[in-house]
Amino acid sequence: MTRRPGFLVYGLLTAFVLGSAMPLWWSFVIGSHTKEIVNRDTPPLVPGGHFLSNAARVFDTVDFWKALSNSLIVSTVCAASVVFFCTLAGYAFAKLRFRGSTPLMVFVVATLAVPTQLGVIPLFILMADLGWTGTLAAVIVPTLVTAFGVFFMRQYLVDAIPDELIEAARVDGCSMIRVFWNVAVPAARPAAAILGLFTFMTVWTDFFWPMIALPASNPTVQIALQQLQSGYYVDYALVLCGAVLSTIPLLVLFVLTGRQLVAGIMQGAVKG
Amino acid sequence: MPSTTQLTWRQRLSRWDVRVSPYLYVAPFFVLFLLVGMFPLLYTGWVSVHDWSLLGGKGDFVGVDNYTKVFGDQYFWVALRNTVSIFLLSSVPQVLLALVVAGLLDNELRGKVLWRMSVLVPFVVAPAAVALIFGNLFGDKYGLVNAVLGVVGIDPVRWHVDTLASHVAIASMVNWRWTGYNALILLASMQAVPRDLYESAALDGAGRVRQFLSVTIPMIRPTLIFVVITSTIGGLQIFTEPRLFDNVGLGGSDRQWQTVTLYLWELGWRIRDLGTASAVAWLLFGFITAFALLNLVLGRRLSHLHGHAHGRGLGRRRR
Repeated sequence: MTRRPGFLVYGLLTAFVLGSAMPLWWSFVIGSHTKEIVNRDTPPLVPGGHFLSNAARVFDTVDFWKALSNSLIVSTVCAASVVFFCTLAGYAFAKLRFRGSTPLMVFVVATLAVPTQLGVIPLFILMADLGWTGTLAAVIVPTLVTAFGVFFMRQYLVDAIPDELIEAARVDGCSMIRVFWNVAVPAARPAAAILGLFTFMTVWTDFFWPMIALPASNPTVQIALQQLQSGYYVDYALVLCGAVLSTIPLLVLFVLTGRQLVAGIMQGAVKG
Repeated sequence: MPSTTQLTWRQRLSRWDVRVSPYLYVAPFFVLFLLVGMFPLLYTGWVSVHDWSLLGGKGDFVGVDNYTKVFGDQYFWVALRNTVSIFLLSSVPQVLLALVVAGLLDNELRGKVLWRMSVLVPFVVAPAAVALIFGNLFGDKYGLVNAVLGVVGIDPVRWHVDTLASHVAIASMVNWRWTGYNALILLASMQAVPRDLYESAALDGAGRVRQFLSVTIPMIRPTLIFVVITSTIGGLQIFTEPRLFDNVGLGGSDRQWQTVTLYLWELGWRIRDLGTASAVAWLLFGFITAFALLNLVLGRRLSHLHGHAHGRGLGRRRR
């Protein structure tokens, strides 16, 4: 492309970004009005002054603190576990030679496209047999590892660690696990951060499985959102205030780490 | 003598370390993945040939009865139609728009990183929240979309009643959340296009649009195919958006927007018939696999560049 963009490019991009922001803004507008104003024939276009009182109602209606802490626990544990186990396996596939490594890696890649979500029914039976349904363990265990994580870490580590470095460490008498710890882990850090971030977001925003596995009394944030809407009459000031509240933690994370997120998505696209 | 025996013992230990360690490193992944990923998927087939109630557990072996039941249920076909319709309405415009946005981003922009982050904002909003927000935007009575349509003189659309209208509303949730994300994937592959190709195209008198169509699109085709495949796998399983589009959560009074996964859930957890629900899961699994393989074969044919084996997998797994 011609590399000097004109006003047209900026104009179109601005329009797209405004369109992207609009629904979130709208959610805030509705979430900051009383329900009487929301149900008028002409919808309000600017925020009102009732966001905090609506927020208080959200916390009164559902156990939002519990939902937040549940989501935080589940997402953090899954992210940490995925990063650890997938770095370990990804490193083995990237740098260690062992019998069967190729077919095993082919298996990992093949399962990337498998919709494991469709295994919910046996998963539910399994969790029920173990007595885990209703507990956070039921939500955590299915996402302790991901095939994508192994693939992602392998792709990164293949180029990130020079073989000579591993050999040198071995010659110096390092055991295999010490090589992993002292050579692979430091090298894996940037990719591990991205993988952790994505896993955290995926688990935080997941709805299907938590809805099946968790009862109303022990919800994650997404399940609490559903409860806000589940009555016979939908109070949109309440519901959309909740939608905004549920998004704030990820928005904060996004502001802090958006750069890495963008890099991760773009890296994922090219490095494959 | 003792020193040499110690040395061989060490060597032996070290050799054992080299040989066994790789398996120990990959084992946790495979054990866990097989247990909570693959095993349930395969065991679904076993459940699907039994009477299996949510509360009573396993009953008699019934062969293909559950499948016959599913094929005889008109709601299954309605759900299949809805799923394909919503999928088409969300994937086609999404890929086209993502291409345009990626083309716009593929310039020497001021504040490059900020623009890239900005298009990604919708990705941060969880599907559940997106569904609630769009359920309101597309409200039949007080929704903003109908209000805007009213300004231009169009009668209010019954988004929660009419089949096609509900599909448009649900597809727009998917489009909104994923367009920017896909634009970034496409942007990454656009940036790998050698710049001198554009220069020679420009020398041949090709304008910007022509360059985009004749140089950019063919060069990024593998990534494009990849984006289509992953959005197929995700799109055909769509659940959260239709489930939360209204406060009942079953896909409309006549199942106007009930998708296959939503149908599966209703069978399993409302009607409490896990056997039949499993049959649906396997049918959907087969459908998706066939679709993905077809895409793969086509993709292999079309792409000569190095494979782009993933990308969307990053955040895509569930919706």
